[in-house]
Amino acid sequence: MYKYDSYDQQLVDTRVAEFRDQVRRRLEGHITEDQFKPLRLMNGLYLQLHAYMLRVAVPYGTLSSAQMRMLGDIADKYDRGYGHFTTRQNIQYNWIKLEEAPDILADLASVEMHAIQTSGNCIRNTTSDQYAGAAADEVVDPRPYAELIRQWSTFHPEFSFLPRKFKMAVIASDTDRAAMRLHDIGIQIVRNDTGELGAAFYVGGGMGRTPMIAPCINPFVPLDRMITYAEACLRVYNRHGRRDNKYKARIKILVHELGKEEYTRQVEAEFAHLLTQGVEPPLAELERIKAQFAEPPFEVGISDEVDRSDPDFALWLDTNCLPHKAPGYIAVTISLKPVGGIPGDASADQIRLMADLARDHSFDELRVTHAQNIVLPHVKKADLYALWQALDAAGLGTANLDRIGDIIACPGLDYCSLANARSIPVAQKISERLSPRSEEIGELKLKISGCINACGHHHAGHIGILGVDRKGVENYQLLLGGCEGADTSLGTITGPGFDEDGIVDAVDRATSVYLANKQGAERFLDTYRRIGMAPFKEAIYG
Amino acid sequence: MKILTGNDLKTGAVVWWDGVSWSLHVEDAIDAGDQAETVLAREQATRRVNAAYAIDAARDAQGVRPAHIKERIRALGPTVRADLTLKPADPEAGNWVI
Repeated sequence: MYKYDSYDQQLVDTRVAEFRDQVRRRLEGHITEDQFKPLRLMNGLYLQLHAYMLRVAVPYGTLSSAQMRMLGDIADKYDRGYGHFTTRQNIQYNWIKLEEAPDILADLASVEMHAIQTSGNCIRNTTSDQYAGAAADEVVDPRPYAELIRQWSTFHPEFSFLPRKFKMAVIASDTDRAAMRLHDIGIQIVRNDTGELGAAFYVGGGMGRTPMIAPCINPFVPLDRMITYAEACLRVYNRHGRRDNKYKARIKILVHELGKEEYTRQVEAEFAHLLTQGVEPPLAELERIKAQFAEPPFEVGISDEVDRSDPDFALWLDTNCLPHKAPGYIAVTISLKPVGGIPGDASADQIRLMADLARDHSFDELRVTHAQNIVLPHVKKADLYALWQALDAAGLGTANLDRIGDIIACPGLDYCSLANARSIPVAQKISERLSPRSEEIGELKLKISGCINACGHHHAGHIGILGVDRKGVENYQLLLGGCEGADTSLGTITGPGFDEDGIVDAVDRATSVYLANKQGAERFLDTYRRIGMAPFKEAIYG
Repeated sequence: MKILTGNDLKTGAVVWWDGVSWSLHVEDAIDAGDQAETVLAREQATRRVNAAYAIDAARDAQGVRPAHIKERIRALGPTVRADLTLKPADPEAGNWVI
């Protein structure tokens, strides 16, 4: 894992002191709320429905045990005993007091964490594959490149006031586990025919009210020019992105309106210019970062066998664990989606337990996934049963990864001031209704957003649900056919919306259509793509 | 009726104008009538409230009920965590929101 150097630490400590002074001046009346709001947002502090909300950055979703333990302690000390893991691999606290916010940032800084650039029109937390460093199919660990982007983008003076927020993802395998093509810039680290590593740039994707899949504008940028190329992409956007209309301000609109070819032409011209300016970090810096992501000291010659005699454990093993590149090890996903629970929420005690289990069983490492779960990336198979027993005893042993109960849901109208409808109760009802058929239904990614901003990734759900406000009443639109993987697709709205109970019934009917029509090992998405929307509409609307 | 709501500056807690001060309980809210803008300007200038605004509400047998569901959720707390609402012991409290 990356460890702060003195520059990183000083930067974060200085920001804490600066924000402490800003809060003092606000509380004493020296600055107005209009003056203070952009300052608190630069430190991830929002004012939400019930209180201040603090969003803490978890760079590319990677945490140490000490960091995870601190997140649990903060939940107890400053919040109401829980935190909410988000679709940008971050964590949010919902009940923060302004007067305590600087102390929280100081506690975070003590474990090399912060809330910088978790809001505002800047480059947000860069996300990545939750199995980075463990997956057998990656060409290289993508996190050093994500860390390089973090360092480049942090307080970048040219990109602190972009037309709109900017999200990047970095992966290094063909199996896209980070919704890479639904980002402003998605980067896939690839290896070419000569064995050289490079970065494929996908630019102009996103969800929100105008969902778009990013086109590839350059299939191979040498890694010693990756930051320069990213800088060129941002410069063209910063120059031409619309600032007159926030709904048309994201880079996806620019790429769409200019056209991929013209946008790419301008990026290449800017790239050629920037190559003369020497903006690329020295390769020695990348090597310094890479050294900190060295492979853990995996034991060799250990057993690859797992005792499957406990059927509940065997189900969890088959559902929640991913093969590891090192023999005798496995990557474990801890579901934060108990049946009928609140997706992504974890209590302080659960957070600390996961920290302890990572310390004891996963070389001190955890990952937050964009699907709002937690991963222990490097677990010895011999430890697996004991690990599962500890998780299960704490309500963390649900076997439902990528099943219908593994629902992505934004906080919705229960917490979010932007939301039009509640997301969580819908997720809870669907989970309770359909989880008993989880194994029969198989892989089905269901995603719920409480407004058009799409924090719940509803466009990319095999089944997506969008909550809207219809004359003051919550209403839910149903989408089918979205996908965030390597074969990214956007969902299609089925038709008129439903009330809260109606949307649960509609999902139930859609799964029944799938089960009645599936062939062989088809997933829900496969069957939908084969038979199309018509049979689903007929069943849902009669 | 028009009632006034905002957040406590220090804690962020949802508060309601009761004619004299800011209460945590929506049932204490009074009709601000044509004084809404005057009260909001004065109270925010003295930092007795933050990010305040006026909303539509009605008074019924159960007390003051904001017109929009978002404000009713603000008044009670998250519908999915009864233990964190202002009425944790009332299992029916969530019905008031819907």
